[in-house]
Amino acid sequence: MRALVWHGKEDIRCDTVSDPQIEDDRDAIIKVTSCAICGSDLHLFHNLIPAMLPGDIMGHESMGEVVEVGAAAKATLKKGERVVIPFTIQCGECEQCQRGNFSLCQRTNRKGNLGDKAFGHRTAGLFGYTHLTGGYPGGQAEFLRVPFADTTHIKVPDSIDDEKLLFLSDILPTGWQAAVQADIQPGDTVAVWGCGPVGQMTIRSAILLGAEQVIAIDHLPERLSMAAAAGAVTINFETESVIERLNELTSGEGPHKCIDAVGSESHVNMGQPDTLLDRAKQMVMLENDRPHVLREMIYACRPGGVISIIGVYTGLVDKIPMGQAMNKGVTFRMAQAHVPRWTDDLLRRIEDDQIDPSFVITHKVDLSDGPEMYRTFRDKADSCIKVMLKP
Amino acid sequence: MPITNATQIARSKGDPRVVRKGPSSLTGSDRLTRALGWFSIGLGLTELMAPGFIARTLGLEGKEALIRAYGARELASAVPTLSVDKPVGLASRIAGDVLDLATLSSALRPGNAKRDNAAIAFALVIGVTLLDLVAFADVKASHRRERGTHRDYSDRSGLPRGPQASRGLARRDFDTPPDDRAEGSVADAVPATAP
Ligand SMILES: NC(=O)c1ccc[n+]([C@@H]2O[C@H](COP(=O)([O-])OP(=O)(O)OC[C@H]3O[C@@H](n4cnc5c(N)ncnc54)[C@H](O)[C@@H]3O)[C@@H](O)[C@H]2O)c1
Ligand SMILES: [Zn+2]
Ligand SMILES: [Zn+2]
Repeated sequence: MRALVWHGKEDIRCDTVSDPQIEDDRDAIIKVTSCAICGSDLHLFHNLIPAMLPGDIMGHESMGEVVEVGAAAKATLKKGERVVIPFTIQCGECEQCQRGNFSLCQRTNRKGNLGDKAFGHRTAGLFGYTHLTGGYPGGQAEFLRVPFADTTHIKVPDSIDDEKLLFLSDILPTGWQAAVQADIQPGDTVAVWGCGPVGQMTIRSAILLGAEQVIAIDHLPERLSMAAAAGAVTINFETESVIERLNELTSGEGPHKCIDAVGSESHVNMGQPDTLLDRAKQMVMLENDRPHVLREMIYACRPGGVISIIGVYTGLVDKIPMGQAMNKGVTFRMAQAHVPRWTDDLLRRIEDDQIDPSFVITHKVDLSDGPEMYRTFRDKADSCIKVMLKP
Repeated sequence: MPITNATQIARSKGDPRVVRKGPSSLTGSDRLTRALGWFSIGLGLTELMAPGFIARTLGLEGKEALIRAYGARELASAVPTLSVDKPVGLASRIAGDVLDLATLSSALRPGNAKRDNAAIAFALVIGVTLLDLVAFADVKASHRRERGTHRDYSDRSGLPRGPQASRGLARRDFDTPPDDRAEGSVADAVPATAP
């Protein structure tokens, strides 16, 4: 089959690879009908996340048709069924799964010892990601083996297009969780840093959850225009002072809730000199991430507010103003999305026309154009926001 | 991949293997830049470790300290050249090329017995400088967002009922789980006990 394969930094190829096979009774194989490139894939593209191996298949946002089912998965999954695959692999039985913390599943990381060493304790297996989370082959491919398939799937109706359903795999529940974690109350001002696909979903979720004012921060005009389409007030951090504007918009009190939908790779620019220093440190391995957004959120947030972190951080960060955070009594919530915790509810909202996630797709291309699209998406060229791939 | 090597992680047995490689996302200028970065490392290490040999070969005796400093400079510019911020690295390499040429031109003086060697080195540096300039122009061009051509997506609300009618729609039937609520964490941490 064809698949997008990681060969090293900035080196992704559309290779021919051997077909996946059922390895365990709980496995299933799906024929992928649609998949997508995520901002998290860019961290891998830039080799910022350790423990990738040349030859790893990329991709964690996929959907398709079930073509083969292992004996133990047959009770819940049948050949021919249409499913979206969450990027988190879950057993459904462990203590974390029972609590709904699916991205923390204790059993699905097949390289658990590595996870234990790197994080202190293992987290869930993830598709198309580092070997710290199991190194499972991803879904930017024609076929995908789904481990723990009896619980790792979202059944979707035939009557709705792939475009509306695909993002149940990641960015829709991710944006939703970012907003839920912020514990939004009517009357709240919610500031969202980053208007990439995740930020866009976060903005819509915050509106549905009743935020009175949503403020969207980025520097790319096309992304800000998409944020404004959902009713967000926008701030362009290259031409305006984020702190001044946030204060203006909140009568000097700061947003109640601050959400980081940027993560590790904050834009490096002269106007934000800390990002230059972070970039330099990153190059010589003195720091893993560029946490400009964390610093800005802690400073901007209203005392007693909530900071919700959904952007991915990979390791060590410097100069986090813990004194401000502690004295202002802010609450931090963060995680990889617990995808299936939210997907039944979100599928219903798609069916009920409360949200149509297809708005974010700007490029739809064949899988073989994948390597080129990684560049386009990374460079934010051609007004690219979200790439959907057709195997 | 230091961690990869240190922990000796390996691909799991059943996982698909590459049968035939396809075209890469790396461009020709990416590869050229990478080669120049490794060249910087090679030259930098030589200048740091064998400045005397270089000075003797080029008739630059007495400039050993300077050559060593140039070695450190080469290594410093290799870091961004090999990173994703290639233009920064290439720009610093080009600045370095100019310094190298200036220093070498002093070895082209008529009295220098090693003048021929210096001339060869001078020609080599000119060649490398040209490669640096080509790579710089290419990577700059290929990473550029076309200015002023961004599309307008203000018709893409994603909220079929419109933003205003959608506000708070989910509050009717969505309960924030206790672990995501302000009262959740505190209440859970301090369970009420009967007096
Ligand atoms: N927690 C999860 O489960 C989960 C799931 C999916 C993605 N993610 C993460 O979410 C993040 C965003 O993903 P995406 O697909 O939207 O990626 P993206 O790269 O398309 O979007 C990031 C956006 O942030 C903007 N940005 C950069 N610096 C900024 C700053 N200082 N202030 C404001 N905006 C800034 C960029 O211009 C860009 O538009 C990534 O880190 C990704 O790994 C997390
Ligand atoms: Zn993702
Ligand atoms: Zn589990």
